[in-house]
Amino acid sequence: MPEILTPAESEALLLSLRVSTVAVFAALPFAFAAAVLLARAQFFGKTIVDGLIHVPLVLPPVAVGFLLLTIFGTRAGPGAFLLAHFGIRFVFSWTGAALASAIITFPFQVRAIRLALEGADEGLNEAAETLGAPWWDRLVNITLPLAVPGIVAGIITAFAASLGEFGAIITFVANIPGQTRTLPLAIYTALQTPGGEAEAARLSVIAILLALIFMTLAEIFARRARPLA
Amino acid sequence: MSIEVSLAHDFGAFALDVRFGISRPGVTALFGPSGAGKTSIINAIAGTFRPKQGRIVIDGRPVFDSALSLWVSPSARRTGYVFQDARLFPHMTVRDNLLFGWRRARGRADAGEVARIVALLGLEHLQERMPRTLSGGEKSRVGLGRALLSAPDILLLDEPLAALDSQRRDEILPYLEKLRDEARLPMLYVSHALDEVARLAHQIVVLKNGRVTRQGSVFDVLSDLELPQFAGSAPLGAVIETKLGAPRGDGLSALDFDGGTLLVQELNRPEGTRLRVRIRAEEIMLALEEPRTISANNVLLMQVLGVRHDSATHADVQLELGRTRLVARITRASLERLKLTSGKPVFAIIKSVTVDTQMMPQLD
Repeated sequence: MPEILTPAESEALLLSLRVSTVAVFAALPFAFAAAVLLARAQFFGKTIVDGLIHVPLVLPPVAVGFLLLTIFGTRAGPGAFLLAHFGIRFVFSWTGAALASAIITFPFQVRAIRLALEGADEGLNEAAETLGAPWWDRLVNITLPLAVPGIVAGIITAFAASLGEFGAIITFVANIPGQTRTLPLAIYTALQTPGGEAEAARLSVIAILLALIFMTLAEIFARRARPLA
Repeated sequence: MSIEVSLAHDFGAFALDVRFGISRPGVTALFGPSGAGKTSIINAIAGTFRPKQGRIVIDGRPVFDSALSLWVSPSARRTGYVFQDARLFPHMTVRDNLLFGWRRARGRADAGEVARIVALLGLEHLQERMPRTLSGGEKSRVGLGRALLSAPDILLLDEPLAALDSQRRDEILPYLEKLRDEARLPMLYVSHALDEVARLAHQIVVLKNGRVTRQGSVFDVLSDLELPQFAGSAPLGAVIETKLGAPRGDGLSALDFDGGTLLVQELNRPEGTRLRVRIRAEEIMLALEEPRTISANNVLLMQVLGVRHDSATHADVQLELGRTRLVARITRASLERLKLTSGKPVFAIIKSVTVDTQMMPQLD
């Protein structure tokens, strides 16, 4: 789309898509495990775990970014350890942006998967049990297939929310073109630049279109989750 | 082919405390009003409900024993459960539903069994359909087939007909009868519908308020004058076992039973067919002298075995002929006029047209 977008703009768009994709799919296994735990298990401290998972929903994203910076900053602590022993560096890198997005959008995924699991008919699970299926068999062959539409809806919602993440990213990994300047950061940068309003407007239209597309998709899958069950 | 059940559980609102056994294949009905604890009992046998105390042994294999803290998980119990609402897996074809338990019962059910049960239940043409496209009756049949194909040691049926309208029930009942007669499997059939029990069961366990109030053959229990007391408001009517006699050519068929013959409207079934007949108590008339000119075709000389007259309006009379028992309901006024007491001979008058035509072949 060279006629519509400048190279810097399409770079920001592609980076946003990449960061969000990695963020959502890297978090998915953890989100699934957390959802299964919350939906099926009874354990001491469940309320606290539930609360912790949902904290990013209500915490200012800037605070999340700052927290991440404290943990993964390369001068000390886990950040220094990761850099020294594994060569992994989150700060000022697109992987850091993905990590920040993953944490912010984690509750969306857990919530959607948990709802899908809880909505699954307990009676069908019982039927499978009397037919000789142990718990892991039921999870794979009954619960999961019936929860797939809900899980897909969760993935899409988290993806859309991740595309809009700003505060945590700019605080944790700064605003580096090609590295951490995602779509919202590019809009912000354009607005800070004299005469950048037109660019900000173009990028905002793209952001709106993306949001509309993904929310429509999420709605379609969420609706499909119902008639089956 | 046996199961032993003893259970105790306090639900707060009522307490379940039952003990019974089944020692041969065939249908045992768990009969009683709603809330008597019937479903809790089969759930405990299947393992989807864990009672506080008790012991359950299926085919010599203990699956629950509270004294030994023994608890076999439902997936390892080998019970076939037929649910009232079928509970077919909505994301699988009929075929995959049917084979769900069969695939997990490797080695216990051969491939020939699949074809046999599919044919028995008339499911050949439904194989590739999804459950949501099936009618209520078809869903029931698939649920039944799925449970049977899991090669169970016992089949548990939780009011499998209750969710169906009367037309669908009449569609399923013949399949259940075929199943009862062909599958050498103990079946525990939960029902609060006496007509189903009368048609299907060999044995009855009657439950009321969480306790077993009667247990015995369907013939003994349904001719018991106490039935309304221990089963709630059950309509009275004995079931008798008969064998179809030679064709008569006068529009009637003769059903021979132990002690006599019952004439009913002509039946198109082969001679010698074993049939079960239910005669409702209200449809038997009693007379002290033999009526000579009467339209009713059946005048049976029977003996009064017992009278129950705790109602202000009517009385129930238990009658015996050979080893066959019937129950008649007459008014209090008639009872006093006829002065019926135990041991007194009496003529039971039964119109051929009132004999319940819901008859079916007997097991054995």
